[in-house]
Amino acid sequence: MMPAFILEVLGLGKRFGGFVALEGINLTVAAGERLGLIGPNGSGKSTLVNCLSGTLHHDSGSVVFDGRAIDGMPAYRRTRLGLARSFQLPKPFRSLNLVDNLRIPLLYTVKARHGAHLSGAAIGERCRALLADVGLADKALHLPRDLTQVEMRKLELARAVASAPRLLFADEAMAGLSPSEVEEILLVLFRLNEQGITIVLIEHIMRAVMSFSTRLVVLVAGLKIADGSPQEAIRNPEVERAYLGE
Amino acid sequence: MRTARFWGVSFIVAVAFLVLTRWLIGNEYYFFAAYQVLQFIVLATAWNILGGYTGYTNFGTGAFFAVGAYTAVVLHKLTSLPVPVMMLVGGVMSGIVGFGMGYLTLRLKGVFFAIATLALAIVAQTLIVNWDFVGGSRGIYVIRPQQSPIYGSYIQYLYSLMLALTWISVAIARTIERSTLGLGFNAIRDDEQAAEAAGVPTLRLKLISTTLSGVLMGMSGAPLPYYVTYLDPASSFNLSYAVNSVAMPMIGGMTSWIGPVIGAVLLGTIQQLATVTISSALNLLIVGVLLIVFVVIAPNGIVGLVQSRGRARLR
Repeated sequence: MMPAFILEVLGLGKRFGGFVALEGINLTVAAGERLGLIGPNGSGKSTLVNCLSGTLHHDSGSVVFDGRAIDGMPAYRRTRLGLARSFQLPKPFRSLNLVDNLRIPLLYTVKARHGAHLSGAAIGERCRALLADVGLADKALHLPRDLTQVEMRKLELARAVASAPRLLFADEAMAGLSPSEVEEILLVLFRLNEQGITIVLIEHIMRAVMSFSTRLVVLVAGLKIADGSPQEAIRNPEVERAYLGE
Repeated sequence: MRTARFWGVSFIVAVAFLVLTRWLIGNEYYFFAAYQVLQFIVLATAWNILGGYTGYTNFGTGAFFAVGAYTAVVLHKLTSLPVPVMMLVGGVMSGIVGFGMGYLTLRLKGVFFAIATLALAIVAQTLIVNWDFVGGSRGIYVIRPQQSPIYGSYIQYLYSLMLALTWISVAIARTIERSTLGLGFNAIRDDEQAAEAAGVPTLRLKLISTTLSGVLMGMSGAPLPYYVTYLDPASSFNLSYAVNSVAMPMIGGMTSWIGPVIGAVLLGTIQQLATVTISSALNLLIVGVLLIVFVVIAPNGIVGLVQSRGRARLR
């Protein structure tokens, strides 16, 4: 039987020295959901993503992914379990061409999982298919430095998707893009969700978040202050106060 | 498949080279000089596995090299093992040092890692200087066996061993370059966080890299006591090993197995020539000047220069 929630976070806390970055975060994500995570700058969104994906380790609370406690688990093993992320600032493997950029997660996650037998040719084909999915097929053999900003974001998403995740954290995948480019990325994300990937979108662009999310979670100063349907959440007086002041 | 072919072809090349040189060259000095060049190919190739592929700069080559050499000294005093066995043991000892260094410094990045490796070299040298059994700071004489185990002189024997090690090192480097492991190394070099997020077990791969690099450096150091017949800390831990093993891959090109080979042959030969014709003190100056020239005009080394020419022609 599949667990109802793909991710369950209970009382998660993270401090940096004396600074409390996150405190008592409770959060559940249902399989197949499109969750928006918003909050002002410095509210702890990226820290939360880092804690959940294993880039940082939380100090208190527990995280259960797919019915399995993953506290303290290194990031690479979380990715192998099916919990992928993209980075806020794209971090491509800059000395490798786009195909090899995707080959790495394929070799180290999909192939490393039990029961997956993939030949070199099959991996190459899968890389090209993934690039075609995000519209980068004709740049397959280019280096990341030849890409534009929006293409870089697409590569970042494609690399996260290459690990065949069940849950994807898209950390500000659209920051600094033009409205039409935002649409392009949104289309990619919608398509991934249709393929069965649960997506948590961390974003500042409200128009994108509102059109994408089925549910909205709001963080302010390390605390979760709202969790509900997007319309409800942004009408919450606490949220208004955080964004607009009193 | 192509990897197996490379092992085969490079083996044939190495054997042909061995036969030809021993057949054509009568002067003992040339084997003496060629040994040095081969030794630098091994050191540069080993350095490049960690420095070029994985992106961690190691300034402690001298320490790994000397661990191999002093392992051989200890074995020489206690046993009468043949040199190839000493090379294996030296490699294991140096590999253990590499593993330990990797484990202790795994959180350090960039310049901090480089400084830690430099510190390792100093610590290791201090230990040897204070270890009387292997000669301490006085150094130690190592008497070569009277008879070479194979046809020819003892130097020719050591030269043959170093040639075999060169073949193995280069073939290992080439194998890694085309493998899952090599792609993982490259991912770590480019961005460690992104590598980890892509499922690469960065800690394990870094340990493999430091260990393997250490093993090959130690193996190349083990025959040294028999080659020089007098070993002391100042020469076996000499800075020139560290400088050369950094400079050779940089000049040749760090992204491919052929880079360190080109760099080592070029720099090694120039240094041998300079030693004979001008003075041995000039060696490091030549390395320094060449390094500056290459950093300015060809930051990706000779291989990078050739590749960018090829790319320009395609356009």
